[in-house]
Amino acid sequence: MVISAETRARIDLEIAKYPKRRGALLPTLHLVQEELGHISLDTAKEVAEIFAIAPVEVMEVVTFYNMFFDRPQGRHHVYVCTNLPCSLRGARGLLRELEKHLGVQTGETTPDGRITLGHEECLGACAYAPMMRIDGKYHEDLDVDEAKRIVDALR
Amino acid sequence: MLKVPYVTNYLSEHFAEDDYPTLEGYLRRGGYAAARKAITQMTPDQVIDVVKASGLQGRGGAGFPTGLKWSFMPKTTDKPKYLACNADESEPGSFKDRILLERAPHKLLEGILIAAWATQAQTTFIYCRGEYAFPAAQLARAIDEAYAKGYLGKRVMGSRFSHEVVLMLGAGAYIAGEETGLLESLEGKMAKPRKKPPFPAEHGAFGMPTTVNNVETFCHVPHIIGNGAAWFKGFGTEKSPGTTIFGVSGHVVRPGLYELPLGTRLDEIVFEHAGGLSAGRKVKGVIPGGMSMPILPAGQLDVPMANEFLRERKTMLGTGGIMVMDDTTCMVRAGWVITYFFRDESCGQCTQCREGTGWMHKIFERIERGAGSRGDLEILLDVASKMDGQTICAFADAAAWPVQGLLRHFREDFEAHVSHGKCPFPQSFEL
Ligand SMILES: Cc1cc2nc3c(=O)[nH]c(=O)nc-3n(C[C@H](O)[C@H](O)[C@H](O)COP(=O)(O)O)c2cc1C
Ligand code: SF4
Ligand code: FES
Repeated sequence: MVISAETRARIDLEIAKYPKRRGALLPTLHLVQEELGHISLDTAKEVAEIFAIAPVEVMEVVTFYNMFFDRPQGRHHVYVCTNLPCSLRGARGLLRELEKHLGVQTGETTPDGRITLGHEECLGACAYAPMMRIDGKYHEDLDVDEAKRIVDALR
Repeated sequence: MLKVPYVTNYLSEHFAEDDYPTLEGYLRRGGYAAARKAITQMTPDQVIDVVKASGLQGRGGAGFPTGLKWSFMPKTTDKPKYLACNADESEPGSFKDRILLERAPHKLLEGILIAAWATQAQTTFIYCRGEYAFPAAQLARAIDEAYAKGYLGKRVMGSRFSHEVVLMLGAGAYIAGEETGLLESLEGKMAKPRKKPPFPAEHGAFGMPTTVNNVETFCHVPHIIGNGAAWFKGFGTEKSPGTTIFGVSGHVVRPGLYELPLGTRLDEIVFEHAGGLSAGRKVKGVIPGGMSMPILPAGQLDVPMANEFLRERKTMLGTGGIMVMDDTTCMVRAGWVITYFFRDESCGQCTQCREGTGWMHKIFERIERGAGSRGDLEILLDVASKMDGQTICAFADAAAWPVQGLLRHFREDFEAHVSHGKCPFPQSFEL
């Protein structure tokens, strides 16, 4: 068993909210990923049992949505929005600078496993561009130096 | 937390006040009085009639009349009925629902309660995009407060009406904002839009009759019930009443949110409210309603922001996300970014959409690199015209329209790339 009893109890609370059990699949995947960092095939098998569906149905959902990961990630996720309003205000230049600063390409994780660098589509912060989302938190109105300082502070 | 709108009106007037997101703060400013009025003094049909008379149109992008949509819900059925609140806000250029979630979660819940009474819905599922962790937390706190004080749950405000609200977080998929993609996602599946008919009012979430409305749409409702349809029609144009919260982004001095009546002129928003462009720069083009809506060139900004006027210029209000591009901007690059997005977000069910979005991006890539040919422009137009209106959902149209708009107004940018053999706009934003 990879899913803890605690998480399992929270999953049951989610299941109770929906008229059909499977309605709780996305909330469950969020909870499981919060605990384990990603959703491996073994985890997917356990989730599939909870919902009485095939593991492949769980993996289909995991791979359909950008926020679920089927493989291990860095300890921190740094995402720069590169959609049009952010690009108009220099987001892509910022992303290039962060690539250089961290020594990785977009989509890669630093060798020490500290940071996965990525880019995202519009995050609803277009007026405060460029911006990045780090572990769920938004950092807006950035310049390159400030962005570097913020990622350097991640441990 | 998002900065409050620079221009406020009835939706956003209290956004600067710190206690407004709390139940106490909301009640202190008259909150939940409209819901109480609806539930205790009006029949469901009377509520629908007022919303119909107000002329409120959905603010999620399509502009469908809200009262009419509510009236599609079956009256005699033994099935439970549901509402779905679309808080997936992923249309590039849009960030108005985010501020409503952050600063006015109880206004949203009050609008939901009124809609639930009008449609006799048992439960509302609020589907919020997963990236909106903070807005969702604000809303979750408000939901807990509303339950604790009897504004949600069994016997709402002591009446005989009960209503449950369930908040679900999405997980990063633009297509989950399309209303039937949203319903699939609510059911724990891939957010692949459904073929219609059957429409959601007949076969919606979990197979039950369901009405889907946008966050902002719900937020107008307490004002309409509280003040009446005639009051609401005092804002905006005859055909497009009320205000909306415009999001202005891109090359303006004061990007941000502006709550203004529908029908406010686009040039007024860009130059007066948003402060125009920085010194020495001129407008090249403006996308008026989120990325799916065709661009307007600098000479066509004298248009009232309402669908009846925007349609004459072959574009639409969409979500009111206004993106301003100055005269350094390479429109082929803009198209590159736009088509990259649509290629990545297509759910892949329809061949025209899956292949068409891929082709369009490939051609933009080729032209931007300087390797395009004159024939590429015709191929682009041909691909776009084959996507328009032929698919399961409106995503394919949304992907084709901006490309058609760019070619309609900025053909010379494309031709200059082809004849120079490279991008002729060295000062343009970086790709
Ligand atoms: C590709 C696509 C994406 C959409 N995304 C959203 C969205 O993020 N939020 C939203 O409210 N409506 C979105 N819509 C519109 C919904 O399908 C639906 O029309 C709307 O939620 C209805 O609410 P309204 O009548 O209150 O506007 C989208 C539509 C399409 C075709
Ligand atoms: S039009 Fe595109 S996004 Fe919509 S269902 Fe078809 S493939 Fe999916
Ligand atoms: S484009 Fe970056 S937040 Fe909208």
